Amino acid sequence: MNLTLKVWRQSGPSAPGKMATYRVEDVSPDMSFLEMLDVLNERLILSGDDPVAFDHDCREGICGMCGMVINGVAHGEQRATTTCQLHMRHFEDGATITIEPWRAAPFPVVKDLVVDRSAFDRIIQAGGFVSVPAGSAPDAHSIPVRKEDADDAFDAATCIGCGACVAACPNGSASLFTAAKITHLSLLPQGQPERLTRAKAMVDQMDAEGFGGCTNTGECTAVCPKGIPLDTIAQMNSDYLKANAK
Amino acid sequence: MKYTEGPEIKDAKAPSGPIEERWEKRKFAAKLVNPANKRKLNVIVVGTGLAGGSAAATLGELGYNVKSFCYQDTPRRAHSIAAQGGINAAKNYRGDGDSIYRLFYDTVKGGDFRARESNVYRLAQVSVNIIDQAVAQGVPFAREYGGLLDTRSFGGAQVSRTFYARGQTGQQLLLGAYQALERQIAAGTVEMFTRHEMLDVIVADGRARGIIVRDMVTGEIERHVADAVVLASGGYGNVFFLSTNAKGCNTTAIWRAHERGAYFANPCYTQIHPTCIPVSGEYQSKLTLMSESLRNDGRVWVPLVGGDSRAPGDIPEDERDYYLERIYPAFGNLVPRDIASRAAKNVCDEGRGVGPGGLGVYLDFADAINRLGRDAVEKKYGNLFEMYERITGENPYEAPMRIYPAVHYTMGGLWVDYDLQSTIPGLFVIGEANFSDHGANRLGASALMQGLADGYFVLPTTLGDYLAAGPFGEVSEDAVAEAEIKVRTKIDRLLAVNGTRTPDSFHRELGKLMWDYCGMERTEESLRKALERIPELREEFWRDVKVSGTAEELNQVLEKAGRVADFFDLAELMCLDALIRTESCGGHFRAESQDADGEALRDDEHFAHVSAWEFSEDGPVLHKEALEYEYVKMTQRSYK
Repeated sequence: MNLTLKVWRQSGPSAPGKMATYRVEDVSPDMSFLEMLDVLNERLILSGDDPVAFDHDCREGICGMCGMVINGVAHGEQRATTTCQLHMRHFEDGATITIEPWRAAPFPVVKDLVVDRSAFDRIIQAGGFVSVPAGSAPDAHSIPVRKEDADDAFDAATCIGCGACVAACPNGSASLFTAAKITHLSLLPQGQPERLTRAKAMVDQMDAEGFGGCTNTGECTAVCPKGIPLDTIAQMNSDYLKANAK
Repeated sequence: MKYTEGPEIKDAKAPSGPIEERWEKRKFAAKLVNPANKRKLNVIVVGTGLAGGSAAATLGELGYNVKSFCYQDTPRRAHSIAAQGGINAAKNYRGDGDSIYRLFYDTVKGGDFRARESNVYRLAQVSVNIIDQAVAQGVPFAREYGGLLDTRSFGGAQVSRTFYARGQTGQQLLLGAYQALERQIAAGTVEMFTRHEMLDVIVADGRARGIIVRDMVTGEIERHVADAVVLASGGYGNVFFLSTNAKGCNTTAIWRAHERGAYFANPCYTQIHPTCIPVSGEYQSKLTLMSESLRNDGRVWVPLVGGDSRAPGDIPEDERDYYLERIYPAFGNLVPRDIASRAAKNVCDEGRGVGPGGLGVYLDFADAINRLGRDAVEKKYGNLFEMYERITGENPYEAPMRIYPAVHYTMGGLWVDYDLQSTIPGLFVIGEANFSDHGANRLGASALMQGLADGYFVLPTTLGDYLAAGPFGEVSEDAVAEAEIKVRTKIDRLLAVNGTRTPDSFHRELGKLMWDYCGMERTEESLRKALERIPELREEFWRDVKVSGTAEELNQVLEKAGRVADFFDLAELMCLDALIRTESCGGHFRAESQDADGEALRDDEHFAHVSAWEFSEDGPVLHKEALEYEYVKMTQRSYK
C-alpha cells in the first residue's frame, strides 16, 4: 500500500504547530498503525529530519500510552481499538490519512503527537482509591461480593486512562474517565466507606483541571477502546449529588 | 570473551532453622525505625510496575520520604499492566490439596532447582496476603455466584490456585498499586517523577546514595540523592528486539548499576512463552502474548505429517497430532512454559509447523466450544479472542489460533541476598529486575505474585533494617559529579557519531542474532558465534549509529540509542553465561545436554549454583553461590 500522511508537527508546548505531509510507500496491510509510523520515522532519521514524536509503550492495547486522532476520530475509526491495535488492513491503498494529537486544554501538547495527561493522575489522587495500607487487609473471603457487582465493577475498571474520551468530547469533558473509577469502586463493598467523599473530591478535581461538563453526547463511549459504558456517568452524578446534599 | 573466577558467595543472609520459621525470624530480627525518624529518611524507587509501584506506596504509607521515577507519562503504564492470566496464591479456597508447602514445592521444581529454597518459601507464605490486600483495594477479581473468588489452573500445577480478573489480571493489580501510590502522592509522602529515565547510580563511601536521571521532556540531567535506592525497572527481554515486553522496557537501570558494582546473576535464564501470536513480517515491532490460561481449554496440535497444507478444519482428527497430550499425558496442555515452547519448536523443526513460514502451531478451541458453548468460552477468554482477531484478522471462534513461542520474561537479573539487597549496600532490587525466586524457569502467574510480594511485604521490612542505621549524611560532591559526567559523556558520544544506521536497525540485528544463537536452543557453536559477532556489531554501532536531534529536547531516538548501547553489553554477558553453563535447565536449553527423549538434562554436580557476575573493565568475574536443597529433593523434572 502507498499512503499520504498529514501529520501535526509542533516542536514544543508553546511553539506554533502545523500539518506536514509525508508519503509512505510499501506499507503491508498486516502492519499496525504504529509500525507504519516507525517506517516513516526510520526514514526521517536517516534523512536528518526530526522524526514524529508519539507516545506508545505496550503496543498491545492495555497500557493506554498511545493515542492520536486519526482522520478526525480518536484512535481511528475501528471501534473499541487503541491506536497500537489498529492495523493497516482497515485503510485503502492510496489513502490520505490525517494524524493529530489529542486536543483539549487540560492536555497540552508536549511535542508533535505527545500530550501531557497528568491531569488524570491528579483526578485519581483526589480520591480514586480505597484507603487500605499494605498489611491491614482482612481475609479475602471475609466479604463475599455478588458476581454481578464484581462483573460490573470490572467493566468500569478496565479503563486504560488513554484520554480518547476527552479528545472526542465536544466539551473536552473527562466525565467518562472519572466516572469509570467512581463506578468501579462504588459497586464494591470495599469502596463504600469513602464512596461519597471520593465522588465529590474527584469531580471537583476534574473541574479544577479545566475539563468541560458532560452534555450526554456519548462521543466518549463511542471512541473508548475498552467500551466503558455511558451509564457510569449517571452513577457518578448520582454519587456526586448525594455527596453535596449531605 | 575473557572472564575470571572470583571467590564464592558464602552467605546470602537467609536465616537458618525450619524453613517455615525463617521469614518470621528475619522480620523479628529486623531493626525498626521510629516513626518520627522515617520522615528524615529518603528513598528512591525506580520503576512503577507491580514491584516498584507497590513498594513506593507502602514505603510512603510507612512514613518514609519517597521519590518515585518512571519513564512513561504516568506510573499506571508500567508493563505489569499487560500481564493477562492471573496470580498464584496458596489460599486453598478450593480445598483441592493446595498449601504453602505445595506452592513452594511447585515453584522450586518448576524453576528446575535453580532457585533458593528460603526465598521461594517466603514467596509462597506471602502469596496469601497479596490476595487479601488486592481484594481490600477493590481489585475486581473474578467471582463465582456465591460471591467468593474464582480460581483457575495454570501450567506446572495440578491444583487450581490462580486468581484472575478476566484476561487483565496484571492491569487490575497494577491499578490497585497505582491507586495506592497516587494516594501517597496526594498525602505528600511520595514525590512522583514521570518521563524521567535513570541513567546511573550514585555510589559514595560504599553505599548507593542516589541516581542520575534525564528529564525526557527537557533533556535536563538531574541528580537525586537519598539514603537508599530501590530498582524495580523490570526485565531485559527486549535484548531480543522482538519480545512481549513493552517497547520502552530496557536494561539500562540494572546494567548501569551492574557497572557500578552490583553483581548480575544468571543472565542466560530467559523465558520463552509458548503462546504468542506468530511474527507476520519484517517490520514487526513487538510480539503479543496470548495468555497461558488459554491452555486450560485450548488444545495444541499440528498435522501428523509435514507439508499438510489443508485448512485446519479439513484435517480429520486421526491426522492431527495433539503432541503435548501425547508426550505428557499427566499435564497435557498444561506443561510448564519451557517444555511447551521447546515442544513447539521441535514440531516446527520437523516441518510440521503451520501458517506462513511454518513457524506456528494450532491452539484449538473447537472442543471447548462444543463442550461449554460459545458463550462460556467468550466469557472466559473473550478479550483475548478479540485481541487475536484484531492483530491477525482471523476469527478464533471459527478457526484455531496460530501460536508460536516468544521471549517473555527474564529470570536472571541483579543478584540480591535474602533481604533483596544487591552487592552495593543500600541498593535494593525487586520484581523482575532481580534474579531471586524463579530459578531457571518461572511458572505462570508467579511474576505478579513475586512483584507484589517484594513490594508490599518483603522490601518494606528489610529496607527498614538497613535504614535504621541512617540517615547517612551528606553525599560527597565528587561521587555525584563523577556519575553526572559519565552520563553526559555517554550522551555526547552517541550524538557525535552521526553515522548512517538508526538505533532500531542495530537493535533489530542484535535481537535476531540473540534469538538465533542464544534463544530457545543454545549450542557451544552458536554461542561462540554470538560472542564473536556481538563485539563486531557493537563496534559498528559506536562508529555508525545515527542519532538525530539534540540532548536538550524530547528525543526518542537518543533514548533508544542509549538503551541499545546497554543491550549490546548485556547480550555479551548473557552469551558468556550461557556458554559456560553447559547443562540444560529450565529456560536454558543446551542442545548438548539432553536425555534420550530430548528433555533438558541438568548437571547438578557441576551447576547447582547461581552464577553471579561482577563487572570489571578487564572482563567479567564469576562468583558462584551454591544452591542447597534441604526440603525439595533434586530430581529430574517430569511432567509425563
